[in-house]
Amino acid sequence: MDPIKTLRSRTVVMPRTNIDTDQIIPGRFLTTTTKEGLGAQLFADWRYDAAGAPIPDFVLNRPESQGCAILVAGRNVGCGSSREHAPWALYDWGFRAVVSTEIADIFRNNSLKNGLLPVIVDEETHGWLVANPGAEITIDLESTTLRLPTGRTATFPVEAFARYCLLNGIDETGYLLGQDAKIAAFEARHVA
Amino acid sequence: MSNAPRTLFEKVWSAHEVVPETPDTPAVLYVDLHLTHEVTSPQAFAMLKDRGLKVRRPDRTFATMDHATPTDRAQIFGGVPIRMESAAKQIAMLERNCAEFGIELLKLRDDQRGIVHIIGPELGLTQPGRTIVCGDSHTSTHGAFGALAFGIGTTEVGHVFATQCLLQRKPKTFAVNVEGAFGPGVTAKDLILAIINAVGVSGGTGSVFEYRGSAIRALSMEERMTVCNMSIEAGARAGMIAPDETTFAYLKGRPRAPQGADWDRAVERWRTLVTDPGASFDREVSIDASKLRPMITYGTNPGMSVGIDEAIPASGDAVYAKALEYMGLSPGQTMLGQPVQVVFLGSCTNGRISDLRAAARVLKGRRVASGVHFLVVPGSQQVKREAEAEGLDRVFIEAGADWRESGCSMCLGMNGDTVGKGAYCVSTSNRNFEGRQGVGARTLLASPITAAASAVQGRVADPREYL
Ligand code: SF4
Repeated sequence: MDPIKTLRSRTVVMPRTNIDTDQIIPGRFLTTTTKEGLGAQLFADWRYDAAGAPIPDFVLNRPESQGCAILVAGRNVGCGSSREHAPWALYDWGFRAVVSTEIADIFRNNSLKNGLLPVIVDEETHGWLVANPGAEITIDLESTTLRLPTGRTATFPVEAFARYCLLNGIDETGYLLGQDAKIAAFEARHVA
Repeated sequence: MSNAPRTLFEKVWSAHEVVPETPDTPAVLYVDLHLTHEVTSPQAFAMLKDRGLKVRRPDRTFATMDHATPTDRAQIFGGVPIRMESAAKQIAMLERNCAEFGIELLKLRDDQRGIVHIIGPELGLTQPGRTIVCGDSHTSTHGAFGALAFGIGTTEVGHVFATQCLLQRKPKTFAVNVEGAFGPGVTAKDLILAIINAVGVSGGTGSVFEYRGSAIRALSMEERMTVCNMSIEAGARAGMIAPDETTFAYLKGRPRAPQGADWDRAVERWRTLVTDPGASFDREVSIDASKLRPMITYGTNPGMSVGIDEAIPASGDAVYAKALEYMGLSPGQTMLGQPVQVVFLGSCTNGRISDLRAAARVLKGRRVASGVHFLVVPGSQQVKREAEAEGLDRVFIEAGADWRESGCSMCLGMNGDTVGKGAYCVSTSNRNFEGRQGVGARTLLASPITAAASAVQGRVADPREYL
């Protein structure tokens, strides 16, 4: 995994609350056996009409959204199904961060493991982002801050170990494999 | 060890810490039982192959197929090819992966196969005090036995395959106290819908619920599973209920439960899995069970519910308006009497034998209204056999319902069982998200008896009229 340090990009804004993972990637697309290629189906039911043609109004289909790496979403984004296909699809489309005031647990975890930064900010910062779609902002993982073009900065929480792994491109599987001796000792004494 | 009072969650958590958490590192948490299925495992197996790794504990790993599988008898037993090619591919891949990595798998025609959260308890794999994970958010179901059970993503499925462990931050504790007795027509499903409504769809984020109180103690195991199943719909990581005599009676004699002297030792250990008097929770909420009525959802998340005879509330919120627009419903309207085209009885929430029995009681001697498709999908092949032995299949078929083989089916519509655009479906499943049951589907979540009563009337109906 490539290390992530800072991210500078314009934003795509989807202010709806409770955007669930069934919207991010509908169930009928979960039949893949790889992680790649899901970007084409990201938000499929909002993005395409019944005939499969892109709906021009939908934010991801607008020209100014192309190349944006930061999604600003309403409260409680990523709720619902544990499908990791949701962060895979967002990543495959080109997103590298999701910003909201509240991000559902499993989705947040899954995102961190796939180079997609979950960024939880205060209401005021979020309000500004929603009111200014397409603003160019900077997310700095080293200092865990998000900087608005106005100069305002907001710090965001990231679990310390996940941050360390992301900054250094360390993979958690490798870390867990390194615990082998402790796991074996645990297994020797564990009942159930 | 200190004698400070501890919660049920804390006892199970600390018994599985291989390495406790520090400010810099999450805990390494040991997993006793890893359940897996065809949809969220392929990329995890691919990771093992890429890195030349084995499954550390195939004996603690158990696989089934349920999400994408057909429910049509001919496609399972009749030699007719599986209609959805992508599903056939995932099924074949799971078979290959399980063979290669030495994992026990219930195949498509196996008579113990079923929805992963139905078969774990049914086989006695789900036991008190265990840590149980699966690449599926409704793994919270297994918490009904006093297990710590939660859903994980595919990368984490890979972690458990390779190391039998997960990196986890310790969640917070959240007591859900339910006192009082249910009124007529009120079921475990109505209780959990009311809890989600009270707590909010993100109210449990970062927490593990413990359901407590006299109303919870009075529930059967199948009802407890219905409650714990939907913990995730309030955002909680997991939901737990302390094991008691009801739990032990359910498990005794199950094929994978401890037997003989092992059973006695296990029960002795399980009896310690209760929250100590004086232990405190990070948060608490209290619900009066006697005040509940049959519930139904009207919106596009499981928190948007009302009593069946109550009006849909008004709100100035734009997101709320959009949800109602998708549902084709208006504030002020009561759900009672709303025409429906589809009724789905099944899923890991309400696909167990007691759910089928309750629905069949309503349906007996009655007919499904014309124009309504009533799909009945047992949660497992064992539930199906039991139902057939009791003649429930006859009740359903004679009433005009569609009786199928087990699987997730219309709960998420992956196998092609879908509701149809714009159609209303009273569903006993757990999610009413936009498109969850197929593109444009309008899902109304309710209990099995509300579903059956609505099938009879062809409209959302009050189950209390059918008791
Ligand atoms: S029945 Fe529905 S909720 Fe349960 S495991 Fe299957 S798809 Fe998930």
